[in-house]
Amino acid sequence: MAKMTTSLVLGLALVATAGCAKKRPAELPPAPTENTTPVTDGGESSDTLAGRLNEQFKREVTSDTIHFALDQYDIDSEARGILDSQAAWLVAHAEARITIEGHADERGTREYNLGLGDRRANAAKNYLAARGVSPTRITTISYGKERPIALGSDEASWAQNRRAVTIVIN
Amino acid sequence: MRTLKIALAALMASSAGIAQAQVAPPPIGAAPVQDDQSGGLVVDVEGGMSAPLPILIPAMPTSAVTSTAAGSTDDLGRRLAQIVDDDLRNTGLFKTVGPGAARAIAYSEVTQPNYAGWSGGQALVQGYVRANGNGTLTIGCYLYDLAAQTELVRQGFVVAPGDWRRAAHKCADSIYTRLTGEGPYFDSQIVYVAEQGPKGKRRKQIAIMDQDGANHRFLTNGQNIVLTPRMSPKQNAIVYMSYENRRPSIWIYDMSARTNRRLVDNVSQNFAPHFSPDGRSILFSMSVAGNSDLYRIGTGGGQPQRLTNAPGIDTGGSYSPDGSKIVFESDRGGTQQLYVMNADGSNQKRISFGGGRYATPVWSPRGDLIAFTRTGGGAFRIGVMNAGGGGEKLLTNAWGDEGPTWSPNGRVLMFFRAAQGSGRPDLWSVDLTGVNARKIPTPLDGSDPSWGPIRP
Repeated sequence: MAKMTTSLVLGLALVATAGCAKKRPAELPPAPTENTTPVTDGGESSDTLAGRLNEQFKREVTSDTIHFALDQYDIDSEARGILDSQAAWLVAHAEARITIEGHADERGTREYNLGLGDRRANAAKNYLAARGVSPTRITTISYGKERPIALGSDEASWAQNRRAVTIVIN
Repeated sequence: MRTLKIALAALMASSAGIAQAQVAPPPIGAAPVQDDQSGGLVVDVEGGMSAPLPILIPAMPTSAVTSTAAGSTDDLGRRLAQIVDDDLRNTGLFKTVGPGAARAIAYSEVTQPNYAGWSGGQALVQGYVRANGNGTLTIGCYLYDLAAQTELVRQGFVVAPGDWRRAAHKCADSIYTRLTGEGPYFDSQIVYVAEQGPKGKRRKQIAIMDQDGANHRFLTNGQNIVLTPRMSPKQNAIVYMSYENRRPSIWIYDMSARTNRRLVDNVSQNFAPHFSPDGRSILFSMSVAGNSDLYRIGTGGGQPQRLTNAPGIDTGGSYSPDGSKIVFESDRGGTQQLYVMNADGSNQKRISFGGGRYATPVWSPRGDLIAFTRTGGGAFRIGVMNAGGGGEKLLTNAWGDEGPTWSPNGRVLMFFRAAQGSGRPDLWSVDLTGVNARKIPTPLDGSDPSWGPIRP
């Protein structure tokens, strides 16, 4: 309990000083997911407690997003590295609960993509669970092809949109 | 939704299932009506597109110019004829000369056509408008064969002023059915998703409109993502998927009470709802731990019955018109393909074997065909195949055509089409022969159309 409180306080302190010399982890991913507005309709805004914790999560893990090959949902080596960092953070922040959003690109049909996004979110969930994060802390939601992050209709955009995004919800 | 009542007065006729009302006779005494197609004029729905039938549709005169809630009866007569003109022309089977071009006719002429006086057409549609003492309107509708000089259709419709467009659609349906031998489809409604906003965050609302885009109305306010609305065969409900409370699940909208309720009481994502032909149950998909299967639930809710249990995504189910079978898509074999099974889930077998992927199967109301989206080679195309598999025919060839829905007579498919990079779909329709692709006018962008049944 003491540890939990400490890390929460530490997290808040980090956010509070974020405006000044902000120290970024070396492996911060490139632009696509590094926007100030939440990806999801449902994401907490960053001025709430959960929002601030999620901001901290995003700074301290390799990435909040993993990507998938076309029509696939297996966790590749790059995704494993990312999820390992997320699992380590979540083990260290045992109070945090997360939701994993699964997304698909626009080159699948609507209903199928809802199933595919669910599959991707669950693949990430299962991986985190195998790394010691209790599944009771993890919820999943599929957005199918409803919320692309890259707006082009090309291979590069589709690759970015085939993703699972981890969001700390409290 | 307000219950619309339309009293169809078949002035002569006999067809059961249509609410009949005894109304005043047409202006001049009745002539025999043929219910069969033994008359001379026939339009071939397969080959008719290349040689559309020329048909004359003058404005419908009125017995007495009267002001009504739908407008003045003489103005209504022009608008009614224009709707008949639009309905028939949009089939691709008719070359219409509408009320703007055809000579105006006298009221007395409606049942006494001046056969010799017309040129430029093989068929003639005449009608009349009369305001009744009780506030209703009577619309008469006649079809004449100009060469044979015979009457082919005589119908009358008594409607509330607010339903005046429906009388025109019913008139056009009578003419279409008489000339083609196909079932009617103009007096029907479409429920779909009206869309707007940036591609990354589309604002989506369930909307309903007449088949021709008129009487458009939004049913949800756009606060939640809503997808895949489908109209009940009984026309009393719409089932759809909503992200309300960030819990993607199926909702059912009662069209008379105008109330919504969540249908499936389960935290797992449930989606892809489709009505059974009797309107009493819903076929849908539910995802548990990354695996999506098909289930069935009564429209009143309760415990869902599981129909499939193969590993993979099973979705997009659609019943055969007799309710005995279900066609669905599954990637159990590696990629999305179509399968048919009995309604209880037994005897599942694959029916699609072409290249690419097959999705969104919908069974024709006539039972003989299954329409689908086929993807591959950089295209999303609409196609049909025999209900038992085989006989595949692709009807469109575009970058992004998806989600076909059948017209009530099984002759036309509506779907949504997006151009590459636009993120802005529109509703389109195409004839079963693959010609006459047409954009359906909607106030915003549109997707996920569901074509309702012919209205009673």
